[in-house]
Amino acid sequence: MPTTIIQSNQTPFESLPIDPVTLDIIENALRNARVEMDTTLVRTAMSPGIREQGDAFPLIADHKGRMIVGQFGSYIGPFLDGYDGTLEDGDMIFLSDPYSVGGAISHSNDWLVLLPVFKEGRLIAYTSMFGHQSDIGGMVAGSMPIDATSIFQEGVRIPPVKIWKAGVYNEDLIKLVMHQTRTPEWCKADLNALIAACRVAARRIVEMAGRFGDDVFVSACEALLARNHRAMKMLIDTAIGEEPVSFEDYICDDGLGFGPYKIKCTMWRENGKVVLDFAGTDPQSKGSINFLLNENMMRMFFGIYMIMVFDPQILFNDGYYDLIDVRIPEGSLLKPKFPAALSGRTHALGRLFDILGGLLGQKTPEFLNAAGFSSSPHLFYSGADKQGKWFQLFQIGFGGIPGRPMGDGPDGHSLWPNFTNVPNEFLERYFPLVIERYETVADSGGAGLHRGGNGIIMTYKFLEPGQIAIHDDRWFVPPWGVNGGNPGARARKILRRADGSETIVGNKREDIEVAAGDELDFITWGGGGWGDPLLRDPALVALEVDQGLVTIDGARAYGVVIRADGTVDTAATEALRAVQRSSRGDLPLFNLGPGLAALRHDSLAETGLPAPQPPVWGVAAAA
Amino acid sequence: MGYRLGVDVGGTFTDLLLFDDASGDFWRHKTPSTPADSSEGILNGVEVICAAAGLTPSAIDTFLHGTTVATNAMLEGKGARVGLVTTKGYRQVMQIARSFVPGGLAGWIVWPKPEPLARLQDTVEVKGRMDAQGQEMRPVDDDDIREQLGKLKGRGIETLTVSLVNAYLNGDHELRVAAIAREVMPDIPLSLSHEVLPEMQEYERTLTTVANAAVRPIVGRYVRNLRSRLAAAGMAGKLSLLRSDGGLMSSQKAEEHPVALLMSGPAGGVTGALWVAKHAGLDNILTLDVGGTSTDVALIEHGEPRRVRTTEVGHLSVRASSLDVKTVGAGGGSIAYVPELTKALRVGPQSAGAVPGPAAYGKGGTLPTVTDANVVLGYLPENLLGGTFKLDRAAATAAVQTIADALGISLMAAARGIIDIVNENMFGALRMISVQQGYDPRDFALMGFGGAGPLHVNAVARLMGSYPAVSPVSPGVLCALGDATTRTRTETARSLSKRVSETSIAAVMALLTEMDVQVRAELVADGIPAADIETAFEIDVRYAGQAFEVPMTIDLATLQAGGIAALTARFDAEHLRLFTFNMDTEHELVNLRAVALGKALDLPAHQLPVGDGNPAAAKLRDHTLWMDGAEQAAVIYDRARLRAGDVIPGPAIVIEMDSTTLIETRHIGTVDRFGNIMITPA
Repeated sequence: MPTTIIQSNQTPFESLPIDPVTLDIIENALRNARVEMDTTLVRTAMSPGIREQGDAFPLIADHKGRMIVGQFGSYIGPFLDGYDGTLEDGDMIFLSDPYSVGGAISHSNDWLVLLPVFKEGRLIAYTSMFGHQSDIGGMVAGSMPIDATSIFQEGVRIPPVKIWKAGVYNEDLIKLVMHQTRTPEWCKADLNALIAACRVAARRIVEMAGRFGDDVFVSACEALLARNHRAMKMLIDTAIGEEPVSFEDYICDDGLGFGPYKIKCTMWRENGKVVLDFAGTDPQSKGSINFLLNENMMRMFFGIYMIMVFDPQILFNDGYYDLIDVRIPEGSLLKPKFPAALSGRTHALGRLFDILGGLLGQKTPEFLNAAGFSSSPHLFYSGADKQGKWFQLFQIGFGGIPGRPMGDGPDGHSLWPNFTNVPNEFLERYFPLVIERYETVADSGGAGLHRGGNGIIMTYKFLEPGQIAIHDDRWFVPPWGVNGGNPGARARKILRRADGSETIVGNKREDIEVAAGDELDFITWGGGGWGDPLLRDPALVALEVDQGLVTIDGARAYGVVIRADGTVDTAATEALRAVQRSSRGDLPLFNLGPGLAALRHDSLAETGLPAPQPPVWGVAAAA
Repeated sequence: MGYRLGVDVGGTFTDLLLFDDASGDFWRHKTPSTPADSSEGILNGVEVICAAAGLTPSAIDTFLHGTTVATNAMLEGKGARVGLVTTKGYRQVMQIARSFVPGGLAGWIVWPKPEPLARLQDTVEVKGRMDAQGQEMRPVDDDDIREQLGKLKGRGIETLTVSLVNAYLNGDHELRVAAIAREVMPDIPLSLSHEVLPEMQEYERTLTTVANAAVRPIVGRYVRNLRSRLAAAGMAGKLSLLRSDGGLMSSQKAEEHPVALLMSGPAGGVTGALWVAKHAGLDNILTLDVGGTSTDVALIEHGEPRRVRTTEVGHLSVRASSLDVKTVGAGGGSIAYVPELTKALRVGPQSAGAVPGPAAYGKGGTLPTVTDANVVLGYLPENLLGGTFKLDRAAATAAVQTIADALGISLMAAARGIIDIVNENMFGALRMISVQQGYDPRDFALMGFGGAGPLHVNAVARLMGSYPAVSPVSPGVLCALGDATTRTRTETARSLSKRVSETSIAAVMALLTEMDVQVRAELVADGIPAADIETAFEIDVRYAGQAFEVPMTIDLATLQAGGIAALTARFDAEHLRLFTFNMDTEHELVNLRAVALGKALDLPAHQLPVGDGNPAAAKLRDHTLWMDGAEQAAVIYDRARLRAGDVIPGPAIVIEMDSTTLIETRHIGTVDRFGNIMITPA
């Protein structure tokens, strides 16, 4: 049964014609309100994940729940369909269960606050924000056990409940929830911050409706949705063909020793709509790398990639959703059945962007970038210090931006919007560790006319005994290059014990015990290269050797011979390039690396880790 | 008593304002800027303005100057070549920066790869390490330092920066590197991060130190050249420069610490607004400085402008105090367009600039701009700059007509649409500094200045509810006025980062007292008499674990009397106001700051003769303009002939040499005794 909305004023909104100027002004005002949500959140949140790294996402929706401003598309529709209660003035919804909102939040760590905005007894809009909590209980610190096999192991799951009910605060509820987490102080602050952000935006909406009139505001929201619809229709008709195109890529492993897992998408235009069909994607994993992909979120990702180029000032909204038909097979990696574990979903989420790029770029070269959206690598470190005080670090790492049509990919930067690194002096001040090395890895970016960005090596020296966990991907299947560019280097993790012994550890590991003095090299992937590396200016290669971004050995991937003194040996370079040119075949559009069979064969030698076993299907997820 | 000369060098014009300390009389002048060597334009201006006042340059006691020379050097990458010494393992600190890519999801596709301010090939690493308590983990090694510096030698670096991890807590290793550098490369100037910015965060501290080093040679050359040319022209007075935070510093100090000058340009407008507001009896003001390509806004509460700890220049965020000035790409030259795909009306951030400029300027521009819309609507009549500059109404109409056609609306509706949208963009910037900071804009007046501020100030005030809308006297040269009327300032900051339970009132007082001595000594060294110096203090407070701290101003006596508890209680109240909630988490004292100020100037302001309230004597002619969807009868007045107490009913236009004030329908403009026009609803 869908939600019952209680309004003391039943007058329907009147649909009014909106002149283009008023529409643009309201669009701007909404954009400003959204910026205010971000500002409020960052200033009051406490967990490093939100305050330093920006892992939180705002949304403003119209009175029917369609997103007018935001990033990941609206989940309010699925929520209203599934929430079997009432919604009235003074209510505020709180939830974290991905299965309760069709995957609009994709793991239980994301706490979501939803505020219906009422004005004079009528529901006029919604504001909402979700943010990643550092810990919500469960079997490991950080609550994202990569080896989980059921969502019940991943901490507290909050179904849609009312944190405020008709203006009355439900303190017992919050007490109950905070009792489940290892970091109640951070969670309380972050939840307060999410609430404050929603309230700020709600206030702005009421002001805006007061200034322009309620009917004008509501009609303007309709008009903004219609504007997106028109724009996307035009783009689809011109940029997407009726001939199907496919692209596939892999998640390296599931943390349980199986992999890789294939994600496949086929795209075509049919009756004026785009179909994005994930048929051919592997079944769900027994482990936690499943990603419950919300169809609206996929529509949003697609739209952003499409629209960005033509009118970057446009406000993305839900208006074009009926033009995109997203088909995801039930029981697949992207639509797992409850209670499949979800805590490792970041890898598939990241991989979707590589797939989207490959899919769109096949026919529209202006979109074609190399791969690099590997995932967002996580490191967890927790324990008790000498005073017995609990510490818990959750950090997101960065890698190489892919080579792009416009030029080289930046080294060690974030592909995620608004994310920043945490200053190492801050880490050292507040956690028992020293960052001994923080630099990019030479030669890790794929060679190309435009080089892929280098990955990062971050060496943590732990000062207190504790546990660490690592979640990363792209250690087995490399980030591909395009238009003749080479793949980027793969991720790797090396643990050096205080006694000097060294082991290569897996990229999806929980509960590794560390002692004081142990060091971890956390090495991320490099971006794929773009274009023929033999066309890169040898002087630029020499400069990058001087800068330490490329080595003398690595320069040979560009067919460039650098002398010991750092200068280019022009004759040797020309000779080497001639040999390389004649010995290689036609340059492929995509360079995916040597192929799965070869990757398996050479895995131990190249990565230091055995190849994962091919996944076994037909095993029901453990409950 | 003598004469003070404020000079503001902008991209197009150099503004001068000569002020008679004794009488408050002033002269103003605008002359074209000379970008190749700004001192040319300045000298031209000095000559004219001195002639107008009937004096020689030798009569000028103080030459006060706002300059964008440091900003431009940074933006155009024309700084000196900086060698950088970092800690082993951190060579790429500038390359990685904060890993941030702007532009939202998919923004990375179109973001250019930035080149670090200190080149990676000019960066070396040394052994040795301090920990996060400032204790030595590993010593530096002299041979290693020599070897690394040897690599930089002969690379053509012009200046050397040393920035080591955790040096904000202990600068010993940086000092050792510096000592050896003085032997290895005696002619290369040195900057040490723990001296330039003793604050946590390795990237920001390194960037700030490198930026300071990079612009130092250019600023030094600029200042020395200006000083010698002024001396040659007979001016023997003192030369001071305007800092980003609105204070003055001697030109010698500016040569040492040019990173404090990065927002010198916009700061002039705010300090000018402060001076006007003080005389007009306004305590709380929002400023709206509308130029050709952009608009700067700032907030002044109780006569104090808000300051921030960072200065944004291009894509770089440097840690140096500046006035909290927000800039939006909305100005007179902003171009209006209708994207094919969305059929939306967009205005800016692209600008027609000075060349080719708006269509109405007749310099070859054909694209519709905000200025063209103002011309079409009749808000900008006849001429600018006192008749030397004729506007081409036909060209403006043709340009705006393209928008009307694309949208399928009338010419006037399109023109008004452009104005409404640009006003809305300014409104958006003002919201960021007011509402978003917890201030109610209805408690503030809005002051519009710069070339086009007085044209938009009434409309934007209407959106904000910020009255009166003020068109200050001499709005076109307000920056120069600000340069001329502000006071000397210096400051220092330290990272403390201690929970309240980890420190004590005695420890905090000891640090603040030490900082007090330091900043006072700096001003004394700059020639300010010790007796004239005032100091003020700030402590940044937050709930332990938050990223954002609230700066709390405090004086030593109050702190001693009330203790830390009184300070945190004030913080709780402020947090509640800003963010609607409090927490029971412990408080953390993050940074301490000490500010020393020279004597506040007590200058008289020029007063107008008092009229009878009727502005008829200043009337130039009748006029028609388009407002509220219809043609309206209006009157054009000459600002120079207005008298105190005159009340101008809207719609009306008041013109002067370099600016035009628009008073809208249902509003009146009242002239105060200093000549400011105060616009309020009728």
